[in-house]
Formats: sequence, structure tokens, C-alpha cells
Amino acid sequence: MVIEKARIESIQKLSNYYYLIEVFSPLIAKEIKPGQFCNIKVTDTNYPLLRRPFSICDVDANKLIFVFDVHGEGTKILSSKKKGDELDILGPLGNGFTIEGKYDLAILIGGGIGTAPFPYLTKKISSDVDIISFIGGRTKEHLIKYQMKNIHLATDDGSEGFHGTIIDLFKMELKNFINKKIRIFACGPTPMLKALQQISLEQNLDCQLSVECAMACGFGICQGCPIEKSNGDGYYLVCKDGPIFDADKILF
Amino acid sequence: MDFKVKIGSLTLKNPILLASGTVGYGNEIAEFIDLSKIGGIVTKSISLKPRKGNPPQRICETPSGMLNAIGLANVGVEIFLKEKIPFLKNLNTTIICNIAASTIEEYVECTKILNEEESIAAFEINVSCPNVKEGGLEFGNNLEAVGRITEKVKSVTNKPVIIKLSPNVSRISDFAKVVKDNGGDAVSAINTLVGTSFNIWTRKPKIKNITGGLSGPAIKPIALAKVLEISRNVDIPIIGIGGIMDWKDVVEFMIVGASAVQLGTVNFVNPYASIEILDGLKNYCEKMSIKKISDLTASYIL
Repeated sequence: MVIEKARIESIQKLSNYYYLIEVFSPLIAKEIKPGQFCNIKVTDTNYPLLRRPFSICDVDANKLIFVFDVHGEGTKILSSKKKGDELDILGPLGNGFTIEGKYDLAILIGGGIGTAPFPYLTKKISSDVDIISFIGGRTKEHLIKYQMKNIHLATDDGSEGFHGTIIDLFKMELKNFINKKIRIFACGPTPMLKALQQISLEQNLDCQLSVECAMACGFGICQGCPIEKSNGDGYYLVCKDGPIFDADKILF
Repeated sequence: MDFKVKIGSLTLKNPILLASGTVGYGNEIAEFIDLSKIGGIVTKSISLKPRKGNPPQRICETPSGMLNAIGLANVGVEIFLKEKIPFLKNLNTTIICNIAASTIEEYVECTKILNEEESIAAFEINVSCPNVKEGGLEFGNNLEAVGRITEKVKSVTNKPVIIKLSPNVSRISDFAKVVKDNGGDAVSAINTLVGTSFNIWTRKPKIKNITGGLSGPAIKPIALAKVLEISRNVDIPIIGIGGIMDWKDVVEFMIVGASAVQLGTVNFVNPYASIEILDGLKNYCEKMSIKKISDLTASYIL
């Protein structure tokens, strides 16, 4: 965990909703694993006050790549940054996906901006493992296909791919994979994760969920991001114990 | 340059403390900074039994501040002594243990147990948490209760007792006076202010507890006014808290009457803040030819 002043190398619009930003951040790039995140301070003033958490999308040598959507004051400011500007980045944070172990098919399920951590995960999963990506979004403008493999798409409004949720599509396709040893990696809005958790528990699937939560510090000192343990023994902290949890470990 | 400050009988190597509830049990922030350089660390509120804390959502951001309703989540006194103190006592800094409770008896019991631990230098009694049903503000805005807690806790320890006061009262100096009259050694001012925030689209509160404690630079002017009020009315050491983000804020708190300060929300944004603030204070003192930093305390000119 370090704080690094990272220079912006490029910033571009991926769609009407999403931006892609590349920063030169060698210290964090050297350490970070798929599924981990960084907390970025978007200004050097006290407004907005807190850092914003962003999943690591990809790593290219000394560069970190983030994909983000503009949904508040912080991300609006971030979207107005220019090449050469500096960002104050704290990372790597969180635990990251567990890639190790035996499975021959990785199923990546992302909803909206939740697809952000998958390019780096795709890169890091062993080449012996097949990858299928299920990507959902509200409209076709909300689909992030950047660097993804074997893509299955779904949109809530039917503007591209299957008309419905990505979980509906996944449920329909699941029978085609059930004879394989699969591992599911998922990231997206809580209702999506909750629906997937239910399926994976019913069918005893190996499934890791990347959970979203409002947080202040990102490394365990504020205790602001609890998620209930499934065994009834209090809370995990999403920032430190997560954001990735095995589907059977948490209660939404 | 003399950076030492005194809080009653307690001497700190410098006036920078890390506030309760903003540094956990020290281990996470120790990954960023050398805690032996700072004046001390105030532990997360410890209660007699472990507390799970409030359900999510526990925090939300507000203009230049944040609301929290953590709900005093902590491991309880037994696990604190067994698992957290070994790390804390090796830090070579002053450990002040913050205690929260639902009854006066529980404050006393907790203090008695923790008093046995040599590495704890002082107690800070939290009578002002806005986020719990029992204890918390029920005590914090009741003069008689604050007096009784101070007196009862003092009767079971020889270590300095600091009472952390609520700003959610009309005259905070009355509470500081009650603390002094009942043998308290110092006051911490201020705890968070009760606040809330609603989502305009769902019309629901942004945090599950509905209200939370407001902290951050948004509350600094209020905290300064409360410290000044105490300083002008009661002769008791004050530890200033509330929205300190940099060394200039520390100087301001000391000028209005604080002998030391606690850094809270800034730790979430910049875990290096305490060390940067110490460097800034050193430069300021050099520039202003201040030989003893304690000379700044209550040096206001009205």
C-alpha cells in the first residue's frame, strides 16, 4: 500500500457513459492483482473530501488503467482531467480475485461498470483455462466490451444482445457449462450479485463476488463498509476483507 | 524546539494524537507511518463486551465532510487486551484508551479492567457518541450524568481521565466545568455533530441509522468556537478535535485553547497526514521563533 502521484497518460471516452484513463504509476502497477482497487483523490482541495474507489481495469507495464462512469461530483471532476495532470492514488487495496486452483472454464459476469475489473483478470487467468464473458448493461451504451473474450451480451432495454438481465441470460446458458469444472467471477450492482449468489448456492457453484460499498478510507480504519457474514458472526469489511468474497461467505 | 505538551499529568512528546475510531487499533495505519513519531494514539472505543456495530450503509460524504454511524463496533475489552494491546504497546507512543458504555457501571468496570494494563497511559471517556441507542448522547447532553461518570471513573484509576464532550449541547463549557469539578483531568472537544443526508430520488436516508456523526473540515469552525468557549470559561486542558486537515488547522486549534489535538477524518483521506503536520508545525515554529509549542495554547488575542 502506497500513495503515488501518478501522471495521466491518456483519457478517452469509451461511450456516452464511460471513460478510460491511463496513468503512469509504477509502484502500484508492480504490486496490483486483478480485483484489487485504488482510492483516488480527484482534487487537492477538501471538496470533494474523500477518495473514490476504482477497480483496477488493466495493467500495462508501468501504467494502470481505470474505467469509470460519471455518477457524482468526484467522477465528474475526474472526467475533466487532461493528459499530464497528476492524480493522487492510494493502492493497491483489497484482496483481489483468487485465480489459483483447478478449473477449466472461467465465467466472468459483469453488470455495467462492474465489468471494469475483468480485462486484467482475463489477462491473468491461465491460458489453459477457457473464458466466457457475460456482460450486461441498462442499454448498449452501458456495455463495456474493452479487452474481453467470448462475449455474451444482455441489455435491460434490448438495444443490444439478449433483452433482459445478464443473470437471466446466464441462467439460460448455464446448462451448456455444467459438465465442466467452472469458476465464476462476478462484479456488478448488488441486485445482480444477490441473484447470482442464490443460483451459485443452489447449484453449488464455485463463485466469487466483487462487492460494492460506500467507503471512506479503503484500508480498514474507518469501519464504514461492513457486509454481514453468512455465519452470523458479525461483519466483514468490504475494503479489507473484500471486495471479493466467496458467494457462500456473505449475506446481502 | 520543545514540542512536548502536558495534558494534566500526562506528557506527550508532541501535540498530535490520532483520534478514536479513525485508526482502528493502529496496525493498518502503521503500514504508512512511523507511529512512534506522533504524540499518541487514542484507541477505538472499547466496550465491556464486543459490539457488532450498525448495519450498512454506515457512511456517506457531505460537502467537505462525512457522516458516519459505525455504532461503536469493537472487539470488547477482553480481546482488546489479548490481541490488540501487544501491537499497540510496542509502538513507543502514548496510548490513550477510549471507553464507551451503556451504563455508568459499565464505564467503571471497563476502566477497572483496563487500568491494570501498564501500557495504557490515560483514558478518554466517550460520553458523546451520536450513533448508539444506549449511552452515547443520552449521557453526553446530561450535565449530571457527565459529572457522575467522571467522578465514578476517577475513583477507580490514578491515570488521567479525559472526557470527550459532545458539541450537540447549548453550552459546552458547562460540561467542561462539570468534568473539572468532578476531578476530570481534561476534555476532548469536540465529538461529531448529529447530521443527516437524504437521497432526493428515493427520499430515503443515505445512511441506515438515519442520522450520523458529521466530521471533517465542514465542522472545523464549530469545533474552534467550542474550544474557545471552554478555554475562556474553564481552567482545564483541552484536546481539540474537528476537521483538522493540515498544520495550519492545528495552530488555529492551539491558539484558541487546545493543548493538543486529535486528527480524525483526515486519516481516511491522507494516512500520512500526522507526519506531514508535524513537519509543518516545525517550520511554523521556526518561522515564528516559537521555542515551546505549548506557548501557543490559548494565545488568542481578542
